[in-house]
Amino acid sequence: MDSTSSSDKTQKPIGVVGVGSFGAAIAIMLAEKGDVLVYARNQEIVEEINSSQTLSGKAIPANIKATTSPEEVCKNCDLLFFMISSSGFQEVTRTFAPFLFPYHVIIHGTKGLCLNLPEGKTLDQMERMKRSQILTMSELIMEETVVVRVGCLAGPNLSKELRQGQPAATVVASKYNEVILEGQRLLRSEKFQVYGNSDIVGVELSGVLKNIIAIAAGALAGLGLGENAKGLLISRGMVEMIHLGNELGGSIKSVMGLAGVGDLVATCNSSNSRNYTVGYRLAKGEKLKDIIADMEEVAEGINTVRIIKAFLESTDLRAPITENLYKVLFEDLPISDALQFLMKYPFSVDVDFV
Amino acid sequence: MVIFVAPRNSIHLEEKYLKRKYDPILPKKAEWPVVKLARERKEFVIKVSKESENRVLGLTGNDPEILKEELETTLYREKLRIKKNPWAVDPDDEADFWGDVKKDLLTLSTGPKLSDKRKFKEYNKILYRITNRYAEEIASNFKTTYYKFTRSVVTYGFSRLLNAARVKGFRSVFSNQYTLQDKIQITGETDQLRDLATKGTIVMVPTHFSNLDSILIGWIISVLGLPPFIYGAGLNLFNISIFAYFMNALGAYKVDRRKKNLLYLETLKTYSKEAIQFGCHSLFFPGGTRSRSGNIEKKLKLGLLSTAIEAQRANYQEGKLDVAGKVFVVPVTINYHFVLEAPSLIRDYLSITGQERYYKENDEFSTSYKISKFLVKFFTKGSDISVSIGKAMDVLGNFVDEDGNSIDKNGRVINTQDYFISEGKISEDSQREEEYTNRLGVRIVEEFHRINKVFSSHLVAFTAFELIKKKNAKLDLFDLIRLPEEEIHIPYEEFKEACQMVLDQIWTLKEQDQINTAPHMSLPMDELIEDGLQNVGMYHAKRPLIKDAAGDLVTEDMSLLYFYHNRLTGYGLDKLFR
Repeated sequence: MDSTSSSDKTQKPIGVVGVGSFGAAIAIMLAEKGDVLVYARNQEIVEEINSSQTLSGKAIPANIKATTSPEEVCKNCDLLFFMISSSGFQEVTRTFAPFLFPYHVIIHGTKGLCLNLPEGKTLDQMERMKRSQILTMSELIMEETVVVRVGCLAGPNLSKELRQGQPAATVVASKYNEVILEGQRLLRSEKFQVYGNSDIVGVELSGVLKNIIAIAAGALAGLGLGENAKGLLISRGMVEMIHLGNELGGSIKSVMGLAGVGDLVATCNSSNSRNYTVGYRLAKGEKLKDIIADMEEVAEGINTVRIIKAFLESTDLRAPITENLYKVLFEDLPISDALQFLMKYPFSVDVDFV
Repeated sequence: MVIFVAPRNSIHLEEKYLKRKYDPILPKKAEWPVVKLARERKEFVIKVSKESENRVLGLTGNDPEILKEELETTLYREKLRIKKNPWAVDPDDEADFWGDVKKDLLTLSTGPKLSDKRKFKEYNKILYRITNRYAEEIASNFKTTYYKFTRSVVTYGFSRLLNAARVKGFRSVFSNQYTLQDKIQITGETDQLRDLATKGTIVMVPTHFSNLDSILIGWIISVLGLPPFIYGAGLNLFNISIFAYFMNALGAYKVDRRKKNLLYLETLKTYSKEAIQFGCHSLFFPGGTRSRSGNIEKKLKLGLLSTAIEAQRANYQEGKLDVAGKVFVVPVTINYHFVLEAPSLIRDYLSITGQERYYKENDEFSTSYKISKFLVKFFTKGSDISVSIGKAMDVLGNFVDEDGNSIDKNGRVINTQDYFISEGKISEDSQREEEYTNRLGVRIVEEFHRINKVFSSHLVAFTAFELIKKKNAKLDLFDLIRLPEEEIHIPYEEFKEACQMVLDQIWTLKEQDQINTAPHMSLPMDELIEDGLQNVGMYHAKRPLIKDAAGDLVTEDMSLLYFYHNRLTGYGLDKLFR
């Protein structure tokens, strides 16, 4: 077996795994710099791209090709962007693992957590969870594959705006400078600024934890509250993200950056966000199971609240917003009571983390 | 000399340990890499000096101003060291050498104006003089005759002592009933180590608790039939004549921890890297110095470890892609009941971490006399040592198979050079290698915990300390250690029950391949406790744990108890006491 078959062609195509809305937006941006090979599980999507050079009916650049074969992607590309939903992340990673070698570089764009539980256990059975049982997506990649040079993309990157070519920025985080530099080289354009950060776990956690606050923001809007309340929530939410992120192994600085505060502000103002919608509809009196039932994809924040709640049980940390949101989501606490509780909570100090 | 003969417990003889004889893998001494290196010492020192020079130039960006600053900093620190912290081993011409450097630097900055190019050349010359001096100083003085002599002294002398202690009666000194291998048991992946040592280059990384470790490991390497390994020994050890002799014999090169300047560190790293590339098997104590707290190293000092990764990458760059150019990392744990230096190590640790000012005691290894006294004690009392050789890994921490191929978690063969490939080519990226070093460090610590062998003394010390801690839950570590010893008292039955609880958890961990145990751990609990108490810190004047007249447990020295307890931290066993 020759795993160093990475050929000498200087310009290999860039792999993009998953062509959901964000994946498609990234593939189109990458196509400006070179050839792109996208992977999709769905044969029809692949055929649409290869035969008519369109995706969901919209034209895409001619240098984007598609395949349903993980092997083909791994053989042809050294750098892969994993743009998959967090629910499918583990499965897709496992199908790619046999074809990945240590020379591959993976940059992912998924904001979610995965669990690493003892055989036969599920999240429902876990009253408390240790840090080692929670995996960020980069940790999952390193757990399931031999790839070590891993990076992530995070920041306020609403796909719709990206595809319209509106100005935006993102963070490429990795422990490896070479990954950051390559990410910057490939993504940076006149309309897209790319920052580097070496605290990959902190950046991933920022993107994950902000989903909790986004649900709360939706709830405030659903209750008909105004901008003062939202300002309060964003600021206190950031403090909570900082403490949680720190406890989970991220640095404070990352939460203060684009992937943290930047994404938090964008999401808390976006009525398109699934997490925001969950909060909004809860505040309007709907039940969680009914909301989930008619959403296409589960809002990531719901899962995150449960995981973080279980994690909190194994620490001395308090996270009032998350804890109360948990009660609202899973223990039928009325939202107004949760709000009452938070207003009385003794947050005596404004800023206690610097 | 009065030799106290400790009552030998029959249990040690039941242990299923096969004493094996290993033939040398390279019978001809001329083929030993360390002998070849000694032959080419002169050329090698020059090579190291040149490469170190280039590395420093690279780091200073070939900028004469930055280079000048670096030279001046080095000069300043060296002058300070000579004045404030001189050692017996320091060469006599040190002051002169640095005086000359000072003069030359001064001439360059105040003398006639030179062109930038010329100036740079002059600074460069000074730089080379310094790296050359450092390389010369670091380089080992291996001599085959020394080595042979030392090995026979160690083996012969130690076994004489051993037999005197264990076989009663007159003439026991000449008995051959016991050999060193009865005392020091070598277990684990010995065959793989021997095999891979003929194929590639070994970097052995042992845990480090005692100054005795380097001699012990040297002996083990020789018993296993391996050619001598080179390793970096603290220059302070060369202050003591007996150690200096051993160290030179074992192929040690010198590491001076007082010198923290860029030029020295780069020269040291280059020396280590080049020696590995030369094919010399190397030994790193990755904990840096001895473990002060008695913990298995949790966080490793990664300085020299990075040179294993550099050497591996450089071999690949030079096209050595087969197993002959491969570097194998082999973790080793040394397990014993007793660490001679425990009292001063733990006091160091507590004074570094705590508020309490502990006064410093003399280092037990400060004189040849003290060491000899220790060796006599050590070999005349029945306290066994076991050395576990771990599975070999590549420099990224992947296990390797019998042919030296790296194997990933799913059992697939992977190429280690792939980790160094960027855009289809093997490339040098120091930031990447720094991260790889961190990863390797984490993997080594994992393996240390896995192959670490629990002894009865570790069990009793851990259990006793945790029970005392639980009873005084409100005290922090420092108050706990200052508890008056006479107030500490653990009823035997309670102690026994707790020992059983800890042991049960150890068995569970062992099933999960998270820890290992010495064979005597399967004794009935009462005997196991007895064995542990007999052995825990047995040569200290104040014993960490003993039974009082009523048969209950008491301590004579809390900080020592803490030290021996630490050997079992890092496994989550303390949670049992919550």
